[in-house]
Amino acid sequence: MPDLHDSLFRSLADPTRRAIFEQLCREGEQTVGALTARSAISQPAVSKHLGILKQAGLVRDRHEGRKTHYSAQLGALAPLIDWTSQMAGFWQSRFDRLEDLLKRMDQ
Amino acid sequence: MNETSTETRSVVIEREIPHPPEKIWRALTQPQLLEEWLMKNDFKPVLGHSFRLTADWGAVDCRVQAVEPNKRLSYSWAAYGLESIVTWTLTPTSTGTRLRMEQSGFRPDQEQAYQGAKFGWQRFLASLEQVVARMD
Repeated sequence: MPDLHDSLFRSLADPTRRAIFEQLCREGEQTVGALTARSAISQPAVSKHLGILKQAGLVRDRHEGRKTHYSAQLGALAPLIDWTSQMAGFWQSRFDRLEDLLKRMDQ
Repeated sequence: MNETSTETRSVVIEREIPHPPEKIWRALTQPQLLEEWLMKNDFKPVLGHSFRLTADWGAVDCRVQAVEPNKRLSYSWAAYGLESIVTWTLTPTSTGTRLRMEQSGFRPDQEQAYQGAKFGWQRFLASLEQVVARMD
């Protein structure tokens, strides 16, 4: 889970990548060319960002002839909005504090 | 540690603690002790008692659902529109107590409400780290 979080956070930390991901979320599947036309950076740069998003599971590619279409994978965001892992972290830290307190109660 | 299903989901934390159940029970039920590890509160170990856990980021509204001294304590937990039940179970062992906390009853459709809560928890956990650092 931490590795998955790392890769998600890292890929979404970059504003250009985030803009590309948001555009795919808003407008559905797009080609690299269409994404480049809407962006201030070159096609190779867009492709590089898409590669990083793909590694994090945030986008999927589909080849059709000579064109590659990309689409957003919203399911990849699940670890970030999974309350069970958030609450588990919360309670783990509460347990730590409780154990600290129990030690001090001995004294 | 986590148990997840599609219907309702729960968080389970279980630890072996080298202290007797009676002592852990005090830490779970005496307001001044509870405050030291959880939050400020007006808790009473009385069935049906409504209480509130407060922190600078917000509050959790609770109501006592079950009280079995030194064995089991259960209360509802409502925060940011999220309703769940927190149940503590204390089982004596040869070296102390097995302490289990289960927070259950969340449904997947409450995920959105959780979005609001998330930021509260993050702030809370950040300030928690500072408090813990001061305790050492």
